[in-house]
Amino acid sequence: MIKFFLMVNKQGQTRLSRYYEHVEINKRAILEAEVIKNCLSRSKDECSFIEYKDFKLVYRQYAALFIVVGIDQTENEMAVYELIHNFVEVLDKYFSRVVSETLNLL
Amino acid sequence: MKPLETIEVLQTTFFSQRMPAPIRLRELIRTIRTARTQAEEREMIQKECAAIRSSFREEDNTYRCRNVAKLLYMHMLGYPAHFGQLECLKLIASQKFTDKRIGYLGAMLLLDERQDVHLLMTNCIKNDLNHSTQYVQGLALCTLGCMGSSEMCRDLAGEVEKLLKTSNSYLRKKAALCAVHVIRKVPELMEMFLPATKNLLNEKNHGVLHTSVVLLTEMCERSPDMLAHFRKLVPQLVRILKNLIMSGYSPEHDVSGISDPFLQVRILRLLRILGRNDDDSSEAMNDILAQVATNTETSKNVGNAILYETVLTIMDIKSESGLRVLAINILGRFLLNNDKNIRYVALTSLLKTVQTDHNAVQRHRSTIVDCLKDLDVSIKRRAMELSFALVNGNNVRGMMKELLYFLDSCEPEFKADCASGIFLAAEKYAPSKRWHIDTIMRVLTTAGSYVRDDAVPNLIQLITNSVEMHAYTVQRLYKAILGDYSQQPLVQVASWCIGEYGDLLVSGQCEEEEPIQVTEDEVLDILESILISNMSASVTRGYALTAIMKLSTRFTCTVNRIKKVVSIYGSSIDVELQQRAVEYNALFKKYDHMRPALLERMPVMEKVTTNGPAEIVQTNGETETSVLETKPPPSGLQPANQANDLLDLLGESDITPVIPTAPTIKPASAGGELLDLLGDLNLTGSPVSAPAPQIAQPPFLLDGLTSQPLFNDIAAGIPSITAYNKNGLKIDFTFERSNTNPSVTVITIQASNSTELDMTDFVFQAAVPKTFQLQLLSPSSSVIPAFNSGTITQVIKVLNPQKSCTWSLVLKASMPRSPFGFAGKEHWYRKLDGKEEENGLSPGQFVAAVMGTVYVVPLVMLVFCPLEQLGFVVCLW
Repeated sequence: MIKFFLMVNKQGQTRLSRYYEHVEINKRAILEAEVIKNCLSRSKDECSFIEYKDFKLVYRQYAALFIVVGIDQTENEMAVYELIHNFVEVLDKYFSRVVSETLNLL
Repeated sequence: MKPLETIEVLQTTFFSQRMPAPIRLRELIRTIRTARTQAEEREMIQKECAAIRSSFREEDNTYRCRNVAKLLYMHMLGYPAHFGQLECLKLIASQKFTDKRIGYLGAMLLLDERQDVHLLMTNCIKNDLNHSTQYVQGLALCTLGCMGSSEMCRDLAGEVEKLLKTSNSYLRKKAALCAVHVIRKVPELMEMFLPATKNLLNEKNHGVLHTSVVLLTEMCERSPDMLAHFRKLVPQLVRILKNLIMSGYSPEHDVSGISDPFLQVRILRLLRILGRNDDDSSEAMNDILAQVATNTETSKNVGNAILYETVLTIMDIKSESGLRVLAINILGRFLLNNDKNIRYVALTSLLKTVQTDHNAVQRHRSTIVDCLKDLDVSIKRRAMELSFALVNGNNVRGMMKELLYFLDSCEPEFKADCASGIFLAAEKYAPSKRWHIDTIMRVLTTAGSYVRDDAVPNLIQLITNSVEMHAYTVQRLYKAILGDYSQQPLVQVASWCIGEYGDLLVSGQCEEEEPIQVTEDEVLDILESILISNMSASVTRGYALTAIMKLSTRFTCTVNRIKKVVSIYGSSIDVELQQRAVEYNALFKKYDHMRPALLERMPVMEKVTTNGPAEIVQTNGETETSVLETKPPPSGLQPANQANDLLDLLGESDITPVIPTAPTIKPASAGGELLDLLGDLNLTGSPVSAPAPQIAQPPFLLDGLTSQPLFNDIAAGIPSITAYNKNGLKIDFTFERSNTNPSVTVITIQASNSTELDMTDFVFQAAVPKTFQLQLLSPSSSVIPAFNSGTITQVIKVLNPQKSCTWSLVLKASMPRSPFGFAGKEHWYRKLDGKEEENGLSPGQFVAAVMGTVYVVPLVMLVFCPLEQLGFVVCLW
């Protein structure tokens, strides 16, 4: 099950967040900050799956933007990894100009 | 001016005096992005919130949707947006699609079931579910599927079910997902959706297929009945999967050359659930799984994702062995892949399968061990867990080498787990004692501070049990802490060992290694510095102090120094240290005669898996003294009025007198007489001499007893003894072990009477501590006929539920007056004054005979042994 879906930039600013389980509003900011901290500290040749508290983070970097999905143990990590890319491709298809511009700006 | 122009001018002037139109969302985002600090951003947002609030107050329909959109954005950034909830409801109720869209989005984000207003939406959603436009219906379904509470779901489930049966695939797929949510919220409604699922898999549309599979998965996971019902769908699922794989390129569903991998993964997951524990379904799937496993392209990540799911499915269902081997090989191939993600995934799956397919996973051991050196933290952790699972008797040396190297270089968060894992593995598979001790030493020195607290007693027990390695061990430990005594577990183990085996250290007896020259003073130096050091925890200091104390018996020339150290700590602020020091001081002053016995070498400990002995090991030092302190000094041993008290002195639980027949004779009255005897015996005793066992807590065999006749090992059978033979009364004991229950010993008492008169009212009583169970069966009679013409037979069954503990048995028999000198209701033991030496056995001798052992010196009367060796302690009376 996907717990949340985040798009966060390198500075830690949330560009998009969607929670599929209720998380208190003040806890969200903390969660996002921690998640991005975990992702930023990873190097290029480390794997894209991080264990964080009681769920796993699957993250993917596009230029200056990190897309992070929090999943639980039942989910196939690699399929989610593909899903993230699929999502970006869809965005690209529908808002192509905008997306590339935004990615540069971000 | 023309009238129309006039009107326009009026309109513009009029409108410009109102509030300016609210800015668009994009503007807002741009503005917020220009903020350079958090404070600036907050300011901008607050200003905009105020504008939005006043706009809401004015009930402005035109711009409501824009305002709510901005509010949602600000909510996403983390700012409160609750005042927009009602506005969302108004938007939902509006007729414009753009309004509805934002309204529903707002509802999904702001209105969850915790808010009371959400129920107001129910009617709107109901209407919209029946709307003419499919997009509106879709919105409603989405929202319901996202945040519907149980009440809403109950109300609207019928509508959802209707939409599930529609032919419009756009709606059908959304309805399926909504149904999933409804089932999650209200499981009872699952039955309602069952008929609708009949045709779901017949669809061509992948969207519908995908969501249907999700729905089926949810239903199967929640209800075993549904699971059984849907097993018949397996052939259909297999067919769909086959089509997906075999079909050519389809631009709609293609992802890097594979057709709809997401659907494939979903179907595989459903197959896994259906095939679990079911042979028929598993068989139906075997082919397709093999096909997927062999045909999928592995060059791209997509293919690997599908393979991963396939492997998981194969492992979970009852697949044939060929397929399982195929799966493990796929995982092995993954391990060799350069892509980190794939390696991580492979390690995770191998961890899951290592229990069931151990041999297959062993083949990949070297690759797994290589992964220990990987840079990635997640991979390292997985590899470590997997390595521990793979250690066995054959590969333990090699694996340990790798794991120790890993322990050296890994991150601190791993060290504790790694250390515990190494200890466990070493314990199970150690090829030799020396290797085991070396490994432990290595762990203690490299990761000493990360070792868990419970490892220390286990280690100590291990060291004690490897008797021949004592010198080597203590030498190595000494060298280890010589340089650095900051790692607490290491220091604790080392000080314990030095305390125990300090004499070996000083005498330089080590065979395994080059013996080092250490003087007694040097040893005391290091122990004292541990005591003083700021780095030592309180527990460690306790260990060090006890070690110093123990050395007082093992060292010869430094006893005065030890005395001094001990007395200094008598005024320590640390209560624990102070208590120990005071007790040890007392040991020096008042009980010096007991000191050697008390501080003798620890015996080999029984390996028990419970926590019991472990604790005892740790507190061993103080237990000895505390036991001493709780006992009154020998001269103060006043005869208690209860026999119970006697045994209390042993530190034992109260005995419960077991009286086979009425009348109940309280031991109290007997106790007094019993104890009279004690007063006569030599109580100040010389416990230092050989016969004296130490005071120690169970369950240890005391070394002190080695100089005495040992307990008979009663494996072969216990010789019967004559327990009492005086004044014509002879009582014999025969022992045997119960056939049904080996921990039960059956004692048969035979009493015979060689006098001329019958002895009547013969009553035999016995008392044992509460932990024991004693069953006295009824005697054959209570009259012993005269002239040895008959005997009374009575059977006692003694059950010792614990493997080893102390217990005592008080035996009492009474006989009525007989003309031959028995006065009144005489208890036979009364005759046995300390002064009188009777023909039979004195109680002490009785004890000895019964156990086949020892004299028990009054104060310390513990003879311990596990029941297998069948001694029982008999309390002196």
